[in-house]
Amino acid sequence: MRVIVDFDLCESNAICMQIAPDVFEVRDDDFLYVLEENPGEDRRAVVEQAVQRCPKQAISLED
Amino acid sequence: MVRSAVTIVGASLAGYWAAETLRRDGFEGRISLIGDEPHAPYDRPPLSKKYLAGDLDDDRLALTTAEKLADLQLDLRLGCSATGLDVAGRTLEVGGAAEPFDGLVIATGTRCRTLPGTAGLAGVHTLRTRDDAAAIRDALADGARRLMVVGAGFIGAEVASTAIGRGVEVTMVEALEAPFGRVLGVEMGAVMADVHRHHGVDLRTGVGVEEVLGDGCVAGVRLSDGATLDVDLLIVGIGVVPNTEWLEGSGLTLDNGVVCDGTCLAAPGVVAAGDVARWPNPRYGELMRVEHWDNAVQQGVHAARRLLQSDEEATPFAPVPWFWSDQYDRKVQLAGRPHPDDEVRVVAGSTAEHRFAAFYGRDGRFTAALGMNRPRQVMQSKGLLEAGSSWDEALAFAAEWD
Ligand SMILES: Cc1cc2nc3c(=O)[nH]c(=O)nc-3n(C[C@H](O)[C@H](O)[C@H](O)COP(=O)(O)OP(=O)(O)OC[C@H]3O[C@@H](n4cnc5c(N)ncnc54)[C@H](O)[C@@H]3O)c2cc1C
Ligand code: SF4
Repeated sequence: MRVIVDFDLCESNAICMQIAPDVFEVRDDDFLYVLEENPGEDRRAVVEQAVQRCPKQAISLED
Repeated sequence: MVRSAVTIVGASLAGYWAAETLRRDGFEGRISLIGDEPHAPYDRPPLSKKYLAGDLDDDRLALTTAEKLADLQLDLRLGCSATGLDVAGRTLEVGGAAEPFDGLVIATGTRCRTLPGTAGLAGVHTLRTRDDAAAIRDALADGARRLMVVGAGFIGAEVASTAIGRGVEVTMVEALEAPFGRVLGVEMGAVMADVHRHHGVDLRTGVGVEEVLGDGCVAGVRLSDGATLDVDLLIVGIGVVPNTEWLEGSGLTLDNGVVCDGTCLAAPGVVAAGDVARWPNPRYGELMRVEHWDNAVQQGVHAARRLLQSDEEATPFAPVPWFWSDQYDRKVQLAGRPHPDDEVRVVAGSTAEHRFAAFYGRDGRFTAALGMNRPRQVMQSKGLLEAGSSWDEALAFAAEWD
C-alpha cells in the first residue's frame, strides 16, 4: 500500500496526523510530511480512516 | 438493536458522517438524509477562508464526491425541512406531512444570531451557509472598501483576514474588553488581537454597535462610544443559536441544544450530534455543546453507532475538543477546554513572533494547549490531554521541544 498526498489540496490541519501519527506529520513549517510512504498491511485500517476523514480528500492509497 | 430504518435530519457534517458510518458498519436498511439547504452536504470551514477569497470552486466544497454519495444509497431529500417531532408517537413531520421513524439522528446544527434592527438592510451579512459566503464574496468582488466585523470571534476574524488580504479596510468591534477572551483567556486573546492589529485591522474593544445607518443599504455604524464609521459591508459574528425550534413539544429536553445522555442518546431510538447536541462529557463532568468541525464528525459517528446499540453496549462520548482556525498566514489550533482564568504558560516559540505553543492549567491539571503555527505540538498535546496528563507531566513533555 502506498500513501499519496495531493499537496495542492492539503491544508495542514493535521487531522491525518491525529489518526496515524506514525504515517503523517505536520511539521513546524506548516507542511505535511508523509513519514511512511509504504505502511505495512497492519496499518491499513488506520490509514484508510485518515483517507476518509481528511476534510480536503487530499490523501489516496495505491495498492 | 435491530433497526429497519434510520432517519437523519440535517444534511451537513454530523448528518453525513452518521449516514456514512451506518453504511460502513454494514447497516442495510433505509437511510433517509433530510436537509433544508438545497445543496448536497458541503464543508463549512472553507466558507470563511479559501471560498471567500475566491480561491475555491463550488464543487470543491462538497463533503464527498457525487459518486461516493450515490454509493451510500441514501433516500436523500434536500431542500426539505423537518417541522415537528413526536417522540412517543414515533413520527416526524417533514414539510407538513407526518411520517413514521424507527431510529432518528438529530443533526440540525446552529444558525447565526442577527443584529436587531438590520433585517432587510443590504450589505449586512452573517456567515453560516454557502449562500451566505457567496454573497459576501460577491460584495467583496463588487468593490466593498470598508468592512466592519461585529464580534471578535473566530469566523469573524477569518473574514477579517480574508478581506485584509483583498486590500479592504477592516474594523472589528468587540463588546468585551478582551477580544477572544471567552475562548482563549485574556492573555492569549491579546496575542490574537495583536495578530490582527499587525495586519492592519482597526480592532476596537469594549464598544458595541449603537445603530446601523443607511437607507436600504448599510452606509455606516454608530458605536456605543459615539464614534461613527463609514461602512459598506457589515459582517455580524455574534454567536449562534441551536436549531431546535422544530423540536418544541416533541418530548425531548431542549436547553441550549438537544440535551442527551453521555452516550448521545436523547430519547429511546433518538440521538443528537454536532453543533446542536448538548451532552455530559464524562471527561469533564459537565454538559457541553461543541461548535467545532472535528466534534461534528466524531459525534456523528458515535451517535449513529449508538442507535444500533443496546443500552448495555453503549459507550460514553468523551472527546477532548479541538479546533483550528486559519487567519492570515497563521494556523491557530486549540485542544482541550481552557477556563478563562487558567494559568497560561508559553512552552515553545514566542508570542511576539506569532509562532508558539502555550499550555493552560489549573490546580495541577493540564487543561488545554493553544498553538499558532505549531500543528505538531498541538496534536501531541491533544494526546497528552486524552491520556489525562498532569500539568507537571505536560510541562516535562514540552521541555523536550525546540
Ligand atoms: C464559516 C465557518 C467556518 C468554520 N470554520 C471552522 C474551522 O476552521 N474549524 C473548526 O473546527 N470548525 C469550523 N467551523 C464549524 C463547523 O463547520 C461546524 O462545527 C460544523 O459545520 C457543525 O456541523 P453540524 O452538522 O453539526 O451542523 P451544521 O453544519 O450547522 O448543519 C446543520 C444542517 O441542518 C440543516 N437544518 C437545520 N434545521 C433543519 C430542519 N428542521 N430540517 C432539515 N434540515 C435542517 C441546516 O440547514 C444545516 O444544513 C466553521 C463554521 C462556519 C460556519
Ligand atoms: S488531514 Fe488532509 S488536509 Fe489535513 S493535514 Fe492531513 S492530508 Fe492535509
